[in-house]
Amino acid sequence: MSDYNFAYLDEQTKRMIRRAILKGLAIPGYQVPFASREMPMPYGWGTGGVQVSAAVLTPDDTFKVIDQGADDTTNAVSIRRFFQKTAGVAVTEATSQASVIQTRHRIPEEELRADQILVYQVPIPEPLRFLEPSEVETRKMHALEEYGLMHVKLYEDISQHGDIATAYAYPVKVEGRYVMDPSPIPKFDNPKLEMAGIQLFGAGREQRIYAIPPYTQVVSLDFDDYPFQPTKADHACDLCGATDSYLDELIVDDAGGRMFMCSDTDYCTSRRKDGHVGAQGVPYKEDAA
Amino acid sequence: MTPLLQVENIAKLYGARIGCTDVSFDLYPGEVMGIVGESGSGKSTLLNCLAGHLTPDRGAVRFDTRADGLRDTITMSEPERRMLGRTDWAFVHQHARDGLRMNVSAGGNVGERLMAVNARHYGDIRAEAIDWLGRVEITEDRIDDRPTAFSGGMQQRLQIARNLVTGPRLVFMDEPTGGLDVSVQARLLDLLRGLVREMNLSAIIVTHDLAVVRLLADRLMVMKDGHVIETGLTDQVLDDPQHAYTQLLVSSVLQV
Repeated sequence: MSDYNFAYLDEQTKRMIRRAILKGLAIPGYQVPFASREMPMPYGWGTGGVQVSAAVLTPDDTFKVIDQGADDTTNAVSIRRFFQKTAGVAVTEATSQASVIQTRHRIPEEELRADQILVYQVPIPEPLRFLEPSEVETRKMHALEEYGLMHVKLYEDISQHGDIATAYAYPVKVEGRYVMDPSPIPKFDNPKLEMAGIQLFGAGREQRIYAIPPYTQVVSLDFDDYPFQPTKADHACDLCGATDSYLDELIVDDAGGRMFMCSDTDYCTSRRKDGHVGAQGVPYKEDAA
Repeated sequence: MTPLLQVENIAKLYGARIGCTDVSFDLYPGEVMGIVGESGSGKSTLLNCLAGHLTPDRGAVRFDTRADGLRDTITMSEPERRMLGRTDWAFVHQHARDGLRMNVSAGGNVGERLMAVNARHYGDIRAEAIDWLGRVEITEDRIDDRPTAFSGGMQQRLQIARNLVTGPRLVFMDEPTGGLDVSVQARLLDLLRGLVREMNLSAIIVTHDLAVVRLLADRLMVMKDGHVIETGLTDQVLDDPQHAYTQLLVSSVLQV
């Protein structure tokens, strides 16, 4: 197969990471410290997510990687190839066929099932970090459930922008206890955090793992008079015509021309295969891309 | 009448050196006590022990809690003590930047304590913040400015508003007028005196400025080398000092 140990990491390391994952699942939203390893990629490219994926992958798994929803970006392609080479697992771009999905900045549009695991790459796991620089203090705040400061951030948003302007990494409270950073997913995805699949979050540089077990209550923080609202661009996808998916805006020329398209490429492609066509789209052809 | 704060034989040692030792006093509701002394006399150590920032080596600090009456704040659990720290207690630092969040707007600074006790209505929080900024003479149009854009005196007034917004019963102040010029000091003292009387606050003020205690404090405690050397009513201590050090202190004040 290859000269690597299965999924690159040695068995002791994977065991250590699995322990952290189990602890994370037992205490939803709690950041479990773990001994993050040096990976053959720079920090910020998903070293945490890769280690979590390596620890949960089995030879029978089918692996999918998305970066901002897309299967074909550099980050997604190289991580997918990495596990193809080091673990020899099957890979796919179809959300429904994958058993482990590593993601950066998005949750797939298609609803995940109970037999699927979603692994997030997390840059800064501490939601209070930009308000309270001391790790000793933030840990104490988590321990004592002192979360008033999180609302100060939302207050600042409203006072400056007239509305809660935080559009990604929107803080959530998990199972009525821990306040958690859902990684930089758009707040459009926040309602999807209550799902059937297991969600694991890995932050490599910050050496933290946390998790949301299936069907766990996840509440986005807000004010009584400024309730949480998931937002997306007020358009339909120009390729597949979907009105319910999160959209990327693309500038297409120097004359102000632009188009909106699903950020989830698999969702968009499968809709086009089914015959949906958007305003600027062309009917799907197998060899078009 | 139960005292609001009962301090019994507090001692804090830094290794072999004495921070403060054998300090006992009772503070009653509505009473303002001043602690004066030279630098290094243990005033700030004592204040930090009382406010729960330092753990004293000996003694007891009993606070009259709303729920259970007198409780020793040193042996109570940390969550309870921190809860007191953001509800019934307030702490005004000498340097406003120690007590403020400098990267959060004035309104956010005032609102933080409200949100810490589960206020979740933006409109109410903002209205309360505007009300309190007004009380400390900061105009409403500065509410969204950060404290970095404020003068030293304004920062200090903002810190006071931020601390008093939850209606505390006991305020600890560490050199509240330090580093401010005299005219700003005078206005701040005037404001503090008004607020203390109006809200019937109890306060413990640590300072080396005798004018501050003369204006604000009902009672005075003079410290030197970690010991309390003289206590009494403010006017009595300042006009008729008994201890040699107090006499020196009073006579050292420059007359203009």
